[in-house]
Amino acid sequence: MTPASVADTWGQRLVPPYGLLIAGLSVLVVVLFVTSLVVGYAPLDVLKAVRDVVRGEKTLGALVFVELRMPRALLGCLVGFSLGLAGASLQGLMRNPLAEPGVIGISGAAAFGAVLVFYFGLAGALSLMLPLGGIAGAAAATFLLYALSGRGAGTISLILAGVAINSFAGALTSLALNLSPNPYAVTEIVFWLLGSLADRSLPYVWLVTPLMLLGWALLIASGPALDGLTLGEDTARSLGFDLNRLRLQLIAGTALAVGSAVAVTGAIGFVGLVVPHLLRPLVAHRPGRLLFVSGLGGAALTLAADIGVRIVPIRPELKLGVVTALIGAPFLFSLIYRLREEA
Amino acid sequence: MEIEARGIAVRFGTTPLLEGVDLVMRAGEMVGLVGPNGSGKTTLLRILANLRAPEAGEVRYAGRTARAIGMRELARQIAYLAQGGSVHWPMRVENVVALGRLPHRRAFYGVDAADHDAIEAAMMAADVLSLRARTMSQVSGGERMRVLLARALAVDAPILLADEPIAALDPLHQLQAMELLRSIAHKGRGVMVVLHDLALATRYCDRLILLADGGVLDEGPPERVLTDAHLVRAYGVEVVRGERDGVPYLLPWKLSAP
Repeated sequence: MTPASVADTWGQRLVPPYGLLIAGLSVLVVVLFVTSLVVGYAPLDVLKAVRDVVRGEKTLGALVFVELRMPRALLGCLVGFSLGLAGASLQGLMRNPLAEPGVIGISGAAAFGAVLVFYFGLAGALSLMLPLGGIAGAAAATFLLYALSGRGAGTISLILAGVAINSFAGALTSLALNLSPNPYAVTEIVFWLLGSLADRSLPYVWLVTPLMLLGWALLIASGPALDGLTLGEDTARSLGFDLNRLRLQLIAGTALAVGSAVAVTGAIGFVGLVVPHLLRPLVAHRPGRLLFVSGLGGAALTLAADIGVRIVPIRPELKLGVVTALIGAPFLFSLIYRLREEA
Repeated sequence: MEIEARGIAVRFGTTPLLEGVDLVMRAGEMVGLVGPNGSGKTTLLRILANLRAPEAGEVRYAGRTARAIGMRELARQIAYLAQGGSVHWPMRVENVVALGRLPHRRAFYGVDAADHDAIEAAMMAADVLSLRARTMSQVSGGERMRVLLARALAVDAPILLADEPIAALDPLHQLQAMELLRSIAHKGRGVMVVLHDLALATRYCDRLILLADGGVLDEGPPERVLTDAHLVRAYGVEVVRGERDGVPYLLPWKLSAP
């Protein structure tokens, strides 16, 4: 018997079955979704409102339900899923737990793309312009990030590239505000930038859903290649994965998902950082399996945070982006601190 | 399957690394790729694995180009074990080994019986069954190389290209790994290993390819390739030689006189 064949009990950490994890998170998302429908400022008999909607009666309750509560809850799911999934995908591609749309500048650039649309007054002309602006910004940032930090990016180069992109996008956004012709537009842009799910209507949902679904499909399909990338680029290629195609696929998927998310809700940061990090041990660190799970986790976290801002007695209502940043930034500190200790 | 490389040239910018390399690798043969640091062993192996394009020359797989075969099919034909073995996430050992089955995956199918058997057999062969539930951060450097060797074996490919698979292993596992690679080769597969241990290379390889001075200095049976003159020229070392059980061995002993 060789020493290594002595039975050992290392690493017997609790990893739930994948199906159970998906089911559990799905239930959580459904519960939070329903809670999000129920919680709000206007007193609303939700059951009665649903009945009215089904019967086609245009009561006040039905109106609040369809025009306010429903889009808010749906966007919470869609945006949260997009952010969690994109975070997990980028972390898999860069093989770095700090890669996140917000930290590395993709959200900021998407926001700038959308701000440009506001600035030129195009948002009113064609509603599709807003998500398109966001997507263009996100795609440009992802591409730039990749060019700056390179393949198998180390933590330092990734963070530096993120800082550069974030500050550039921030500077351009400030420039747009600086040159903005009227104070009303400035207020509109600033509040929008803070990130919120409030007061978005159903057409927004219909607008971004197909774009996000396409983005999700591209990201989730990259699962096996991300698994292969765990062993480095050469091994991944020897397993039959075309890495150039994979990069394009992930850049396009992230741009579609995060770009549309930011375009409707403004910049909601850190969801893509916190969620994959918390869930990774539950899928035994397998990057492919982390994707869908992180999407569900992102939806749950975003819904929960959005319910939170409505419940806490602070008025005017805290913007969702402010809350996620307040929770997420200390989390980023601790993560960097721990990575430093490992290095 | 047979791999045939013709007129391979590698240059980094204007600096030539290899020029005019021809080589053939056949099924049933254990080939050792030896040579000093920086002689182009890894680069040549990567070219054979279609991971890098040569600046000149071409590689054919059973007479066909890699493009004609396609990446996915080539991935089932050639298993590649990278040098050093980076693992970026602390995945479980058994999940890492299972990555070797990725070229065989079908959409919406999980691990099937053939995958399962290949994974178990690979873990058994590389002696990592007992580590299966550990994570990659809980194994030593040598154990990690064995896990990655198991990963490469799990591909179950006709060709195995391994870059320094035994560099980090203890003597027991070095011998085990070399025995294993030779037995795989002698069961009808093609195995090429980059090695620095000339004693093990002599003992286990059917044929050696000695890279030095920008090309193949010599190739053939180990005792013919690793002559005193070649070793002085390629490595700048003198060796002591001996014989045990009718098998010759050699041991690097001192720097050769300049």
